[in-house]
Amino acid sequence: MKLTTFGLTSFVLFTKEYRSEIRTRYALNALLMFVVTTLSMILFSIARENVSPEVLAGVLWVIIFFSTMSGLARTFVSEEERGTVLTLQLIARPLTIYIGKLFFNFLLLASINVVTVALYLVLITNFSVQSYSIFALTLILGTLGLAAATTILAAIIAKAHSKGTLFPVICFPILLPLLITVIAATQKAVEGVPFEEASGLFRALIAYIIVIGAVSYILFDYIWKD
Amino acid sequence: MSIVNLIASDLTKFFNRRKIFSDISFTLHYGSSVAITGRNGSGKSTLLKILAGVLSSTKGEVDIQIDGKDIDLEHRHQIVGFVSPYLQMYDEFTGWENLDLFRRVRGVDVRDELLLDLIRRVNLFDRRNDFVRTYSSGMKQRLKYAFALLHRPPILFLDEPSANLDNEGIATVYDMMEEQKQKGILVVATNVAAEQSHCEFVLDLNSGSPIMVGQ
Repeated sequence: MKLTTFGLTSFVLFTKEYRSEIRTRYALNALLMFVVTTLSMILFSIARENVSPEVLAGVLWVIIFFSTMSGLARTFVSEEERGTVLTLQLIARPLTIYIGKLFFNFLLLASINVVTVALYLVLITNFSVQSYSIFALTLILGTLGLAAATTILAAIIAKAHSKGTLFPVICFPILLPLLITVIAATQKAVEGVPFEEASGLFRALIAYIIVIGAVSYILFDYIWKD
Repeated sequence: MSIVNLIASDLTKFFNRRKIFSDISFTLHYGSSVAITGRNGSGKSTLLKILAGVLSSTKGEVDIQIDGKDIDLEHRHQIVGFVSPYLQMYDEFTGWENLDLFRRVRGVDVRDELLLDLIRRVNLFDRRNDFVRTYSSGMKQRLKYAFALLHRPPILFLDEPSANLDNEGIATVYDMMEEQKQKGILVVATNVAAEQSHCEFVLDLNSGSPIMVGQ
């Protein structure tokens, strides 16, 4: 298959995911509801407490992590539940399906994260970002890492019986290095350190994304077939 | 027109420790057709999925050749059509949107007029712009035939081909089965005598060591 055909097929599958989500709201509603309810609970719980911005940096990623858990598995689970896995297997190469779903998950998570961060910056007054370049790059790489890892893990757990409970349990140890790094990078953004001081963390994030991407490339064929 | 051959060698399938079937070997040449029969749970659908390349066998392999060239597993989906009761279309899309999606994902050059002809053939023209979730089970089955034949596959796999269909739909399906025999290979999983009669060979999975016999 030529690269252009491969890219085109992946793009068509991405648009299918997008149109399907717009019509069914399988994942979008779950993600949005989680973000809104969690933010409200945090607002009530911290009330007039003087929580440090470094701690709030961690809380932000806790919200992002759990909202990801509540919605992103749907991309594969809904195919399994509706019985359309066979249909996809009959029309496209496994890797084009993975790429289509990965880009959709990235777009979905990026949109949700933009909303989450905007609400967080407005509502949590103690959380103020000093270095927006570090913060923006952390968000982009963190979102990409989360999307890459959860897409392949969603494909795995979609085949299991207890999908709902299994997803966060499997995701947590695999996402832990990513979460530790993005929380550290967000703390640097809050402290307002020079960009160079955070470059080591960005290199770690890029390495994580490459490793997850390579593992997904190798594994997806086997996961998808049986 | 492409000359297609399907060679199944020593196909064995276990689900966990339970043996479904073992050591099935047969060869189908261009123009041939086989009916796979057997009681419920004998592995008809499983064998069909393995032949179509959407399920792995525990042992053995399936080789498909087009004009003498081996088609690897990654590209198998381009040359097979598949219809079964457990195949599902996307409920949130209309019939037309489903077929348009499959056409674009497959990258096949099928013009709108040809797609409409296919939709007319399966008698869904009037309902083509309705959501699939509003279709009856028979209409969904008809849509599956349009899905399976859209890319003019040299090999067509049918699992319980007339399930959910009315008499008119069954007649259309039988016509399609006869046409497929002129275009390539037809493999049907069924216990219905009328459907078996459209096939040149029968493979009975009830027998201890299934072999393909002429009828």
